[in-house]
Amino acid sequence: MDVGHSTGRKLFLIANNVFLFLVALSCLLPFIHIMAVSFSSPAASTAGEVKLWPVEFTWKAYEYVIDKKEYLQSLAVSFKRVVLGTTINMLLTVLTAYPLSKTLRAFPMRTVFAWFFVFTILFGGGLIPWYIVIKYTGLMNSLWALVLPGAVQVYSIIILLNFFRQLPKELEESAFLDGAGHMNVLLRIYIPLSGPALATLLLFSIVDHWNAWFDGLILMNTPANYPLQSYMQTIVVNMSSLFLNTTNSEMLKEINDRTVKAAQILIGALPVLLAYPFLQRHFIKGIVLGSVKE
Amino acid sequence: MALKRELKRNYALYLMLLPAIILVLVYSYGPMAGLAIAFEKFTPSKGIFGSEWVGWKNFEYVIGLPETIHILWNTVYIALMKIVAGLIFPILIAILLNELKIKWFKRSIQTVIYMPYFLSWIIVGGILYDMLGREGIVNTFLSYFNVSNIFFFGNDTLFPYLLVTTDLWKTFGYATIIYLAAIVSINPTIYEAAIVDGASRWRQTLHVTLPGMAPIIVLLATLSIGNVLNAGFEQVLVLTNNNTNTLVLNSGEIIDTFVYRLGIANAQYGLATAVGLFKSCVSFFFVSLSYFLAYKLINYRIF
Repeated sequence: MDVGHSTGRKLFLIANNVFLFLVALSCLLPFIHIMAVSFSSPAASTAGEVKLWPVEFTWKAYEYVIDKKEYLQSLAVSFKRVVLGTTINMLLTVLTAYPLSKTLRAFPMRTVFAWFFVFTILFGGGLIPWYIVIKYTGLMNSLWALVLPGAVQVYSIIILLNFFRQLPKELEESAFLDGAGHMNVLLRIYIPLSGPALATLLLFSIVDHWNAWFDGLILMNTPANYPLQSYMQTIVVNMSSLFLNTTNSEMLKEINDRTVKAAQILIGALPVLLAYPFLQRHFIKGIVLGSVKE
Repeated sequence: MALKRELKRNYALYLMLLPAIILVLVYSYGPMAGLAIAFEKFTPSKGIFGSEWVGWKNFEYVIGLPETIHILWNTVYIALMKIVAGLIFPILIAILLNELKIKWFKRSIQTVIYMPYFLSWIIVGGILYDMLGREGIVNTFLSYFNVSNIFFFGNDTLFPYLLVTTDLWKTFGYATIIYLAAIVSINPTIYEAAIVDGASRWRQTLHVTLPGMAPIIVLLATLSIGNVLNAGFEQVLVLTNNNTNTLVLNSGEIIDTFVYRLGIANAQYGLATAVGLFKSCVSFFFVSLSYFLAYKLINYRIF
């Protein structure tokens, strides 16, 4: 037992604690810094005085953002997208995973259909044909364009079908004997038993829809239809000033590009940052579920 | 008539599959059929069937471009660095995390390190632009040590490493969780036996922990083979100002942004699809190979 308490071991433990603490800080400090910038005065932010605490505290950047019509519009689009997209994702995942979880004996076509879906993981048409198909199907510039092309989440289906297969078979067997149909078995037995797995998939679907921006950027013709992250893309990427046409010098004393951008970044990250500590158990479960199956 | 009986018996299952089948046919198999555009001089108004067929012309043109081979090299170079870094660093962190004795400290660190994974590249990109900019906190900090101002987003040499580092920063927590789960599932009696044999912590790591993680390491390593042409489209697009920052395009243009520039920005659909088809085929080979290897090596099956 002495091995565990040698000086070398003690030194290692101290160094290890410090090292991991620094790694964790590197993941945390950028967010704190951005928060500090967003609450600081423009003068302080440009002078590089802001570190981890606001300098010359002000709410003005947030007031400016909240008042912006485009920002609220895109926020509304994002909410709609998350609600509609997640609902469709979950419905399709459950409906598709159930038949595919059946044994070959119960459902002889299972493997054919499973490969039909899995093949789309291996091979794809790529950006341009995808874009053109969406155009041809008339979804351009509508909320459906953000929801339907990615409606079938093959990875989620695989995770759920593997989960379904581990469920005890006795319950459904007796239900079938009592004359229950597949829909009944799915609703009354499978879904109630799959709470944790479904919660995790739901969470990932929400985060994916909230974070998606590229599709919105190229599939929406007018910025008025951008979801929040697509709208933010135009701000983050755009190097020109938000205030080029402003003659209001009073306003420029209170906010500048940097503080406004910081405020927008923080609001865009806020839902995930707020939900994360409470739901992190599910986040972990999702990652482990997705990669390591028994 | 076996078919009829089967349909009658399992009609509910077919009905359940129907919506997903239709959507996948249209939005996944549809684009695969649309790859025909790669062989056409595609005009949107004439459609896929009406456009002029040009055979391999688009491919010949793209291969003839001086930047093509360079872009291919950029892609593989960045992707391989990301794969290697993304494999080794999380293993290290997971092993070190496992050595932490104080529960709440370990838990807090875990919580913090995989948070960036769940934020979009827009958010992370915005933060990076602020922090690494000319007036950003990183340059302010460097100035304390008399290091002259570095323009991170205008430095061609630095840019690929900026991509790799920031991608690692955003994603390493994800793989760390997977490795930690593997370590936790190692049977404690193996450690006890090793301690009885007088094995030090270091030897235990070498002879118990690492072998216990081996299947997962092999799995993630083989599955990452499928990413040799994925250098990170969204990340590069954000950090090159939507492919317009010419200062870093020489080292930062990758296949995906090339397709984007040709097809979406310049409306050269045929050329862009030709490049995309090339990528799809090569990726198909590597992704299939990775699943095949994972199956052979550790009996991994998708479903």
